[in-house]
Amino acid sequence: MTITLIFMAGIMGVIVWWLVKQTINVQPWIADTGLIPDLDADAILQPRAKSGLLAFLAVVTSMFCLFMSAYAMRMSLGDWTPLPEPDVLWLNTGLLVLSSISFQWARQSAKHGRDVSLKRGLYLAGALSVTFIFGQLFAWQQLAEDGYFLSSNPANSFFYLFTALHGLHLLGGLVAWIRAAFRVWSGVEAAKVSISVELCAVYWHFLLIVWLVLFGLMLST
Amino acid sequence: MSTATTHDETSYVPPAEVGEMELYHAKTWLGKYVFSQDAKVIAIQYAFTAIAIGMVALVLSLLMRLQLGFPNAFSFITPTAYYQYVTMHGMIMVVYLLTALFLGGFGNYLIPVMVGARDMVFPFLNMLSFWIYFLAVVVLVASFFVPGGPSGAGWTLYPPQAILEGTPGTEWGIILMLISLFMFIVGFTMGGLNYVITVLQARTRGMTLMRLPLTVWGIFIATILALLAFPALLVSCIMMLLDILLGTSFFMPALVSMGEQLEYGGGSPILFQHLFWFFGHPEVYIVALPAFGIVSDLLSVHARKAIFGYRMMVWAIVAIGGLSFIVWAHHMYVSGMNPYFGFFFATTTLIIAVPTALKVYNWVLTLWRGNIHLTVPMYFAIGFIFTFVNGGLTGLFLGNVTVDLPLSDTMFVVAHFHMVMAVSPVLVVFGAIYHWYPKITGRMLHDGMGMFHFWFTFIGSYAIYYPMHYLGFLGVPRRYFSLGNTDFIPASAASLNQAISIAAIIVGITQLVFIYNLVWSLFNGKKASDNPWNATTLEWQTATTPPGHGNFGKELPKVFRWAYDYSVPGADKDFIPQNEPPRS
Ligand code: HEM
Ligand SMILES: [Cu+2]
Repeated sequence: MTITLIFMAGIMGVIVWWLVKQTINVQPWIADTGLIPDLDADAILQPRAKSGLLAFLAVVTSMFCLFMSAYAMRMSLGDWTPLPEPDVLWLNTGLLVLSSISFQWARQSAKHGRDVSLKRGLYLAGALSVTFIFGQLFAWQQLAEDGYFLSSNPANSFFYLFTALHGLHLLGGLVAWIRAAFRVWSGVEAAKVSISVELCAVYWHFLLIVWLVLFGLMLST
Repeated sequence: MSTATTHDETSYVPPAEVGEMELYHAKTWLGKYVFSQDAKVIAIQYAFTAIAIGMVALVLSLLMRLQLGFPNAFSFITPTAYYQYVTMHGMIMVVYLLTALFLGGFGNYLIPVMVGARDMVFPFLNMLSFWIYFLAVVVLVASFFVPGGPSGAGWTLYPPQAILEGTPGTEWGIILMLISLFMFIVGFTMGGLNYVITVLQARTRGMTLMRLPLTVWGIFIATILALLAFPALLVSCIMMLLDILLGTSFFMPALVSMGEQLEYGGGSPILFQHLFWFFGHPEVYIVALPAFGIVSDLLSVHARKAIFGYRMMVWAIVAIGGLSFIVWAHHMYVSGMNPYFGFFFATTTLIIAVPTALKVYNWVLTLWRGNIHLTVPMYFAIGFIFTFVNGGLTGLFLGNVTVDLPLSDTMFVVAHFHMVMAVSPVLVVFGAIYHWYPKITGRMLHDGMGMFHFWFTFIGSYAIYYPMHYLGFLGVPRRYFSLGNTDFIPASAASLNQAISIAAIIVGITQLVFIYNLVWSLFNGKKASDNPWNATTLEWQTATTPPGHGNFGKELPKVFRWAYDYSVPGADKDFIPQNEPPRS
């Protein structure tokens, strides 16, 4: 559970640090005397949807940390035979990196109102992600052909489990991507889709990191 | 009143919309009452579903008590059925009743209106959250009707026995249970993100973090815990489902079952226990922290006195929340762990008692020299202090490895956790309902019935659980269908069991009075004023009772003070609402 505990400690650290910042030196029992300044709504707070996404990513991180803890614990039991990761995974990793980059490109374009490059970036990112999914399925097929089935060894079980979970999260992201892409396609101006594109980009970067960590973990063990 | 208030707190004041923000307006009847996106309606839907399924769990517990008190007197209670009752009772009470009621019910109703928001920040997700929860309940209930019935694995669902033939419900029950939990977690996550972001970003002007009522603090931190801890249950559900359906061996060791060598091999049941309790222990605090928060507010309002040590209370909630992630293995002392681990977890467990005890002191000190109004909610709040201290103390026993070893899996444990996480939070639930019912419905609950309900529940709970500690000392094991002729258990244990069962039945029937009160008062209760308890928090300052769509009138309230300005010297009333401007 070490991995999970480190993550939890990190999260708790953030929460406590933020709370200390807000609560130290505050005397809640003293009422305001003057007027409360009216602050400009957008000046300080980030969009709620983005905060929501970040909180959601914390939940997903917690889940993946727990899976990795389970991986580490299960691995230490006797019957573990590492499985040879198919080479196509390297290619898939490349695809995922590229799709993350194109999302970043789309995000910047949306922010600066460049409609054409927004379109290109967004479509490209989606296409790359779909290819990635097929690439993963291909990796599954290769493994199955070589006789590495889900239940024949815990290493295999975890491999299928991790790739499936990561893929499902990506598919979920693609739903958001379809919505954004559809709006861009139907001619909504860049500024209006800017936030959706930004959220997609953040999500994709996150999934890229998750994949790199999972892939690294599986390669190194 | 002090004038020196130029602390730089204002620079953190999050702005909030004034006037009508983009609110979702339902156009159809279905949209208004069924697929509503209004947090208040969703709250009532949550509460209604949770209480309904909770009644099922209550009946199950009474059936168990019938068997324990009057062994074999009822032929329909077979050993198989008994295990199914135990399992479903435990799981429903912990997850589908208390978690859903505190976070989905009270969270949805109270968070927006207490922080001065018009609604949750993601109303659509909020609606989905309820309906997924509802489906999860339906799937769970469905397991009563499938071949083989519901799972009988105990609410802890430990593999390998949860999966193996011989345990009730291995055909369908366990699968439906896991799927239902999976759905619950997905639904909860949607709601939970809402609660967190609403507290963070939808507070009205002047509502700084340190002016939040403790109710909101409790629910807020509990939600964070739940968001981080439920994934552990999700992970164990997924892996167990794979073990059952696709033959993987995450948790399943090599086994011979019914004379047959199974396909499984090498898996670790202990791994499951780690994952399960990594969720399971924080879960205790997921139901306890909202109760802590709510009870603090009840005590303060009905004692007409500021909560003692507000900042300490907030920090205690946070500290308990953080610590609750590093004590999980105190549920696994008997699993054969390394003694150093046991020592570590015993230490952390005892450390958690420190912030918890601080809270208890502060509650008692809030009552000290308060102007105590013995209203029904106040009775429940004070009753909570008793039962909680009681359960907390036995927790210190069980936290020590050496004491736990002989007591583990006895009735002592059952008595302990019912005191601390069943009776205590449930008393708070009742208190909270008596307290907020006037705001939610516009009518007061009937006092006489309330008093009856309190005394029978409170004394009755003691009658049920106090003797159980003693049974545990005798060595009466938990989760046993019948004791048979066991030498070390004297015959008197059987009479005690009878007495407990009779008390349980009386407590069970008492709850019908409560339900009757809820319905009766809806039509015949005294009309409630906007602020019948003279409370300071924002939900009592709404223009209408019950609050309309959007909670507040044209303009959101502005907050000038904390929630605990009771009996302020020199003020003309004994309370000053949070949104009352200072006198200049
Ligand atoms: C009138 C109220 C209640 C009665 C009479 C009652 C009775 C019982 C009984 C007889 C058992 C089985 C003990 C055993 O043989 O192991 C049990 C187990 C349990 N109860 Fe309750 N209970 C009540 C309320 C609650 C509530 C409100 C909760 C919510 C936390 C709760 C949570 C549990 C849990 C978690 C178990 C363990 C289930 C298992 O062993 O798998 N109970 N209860
Ligand atoms: Cu615990």
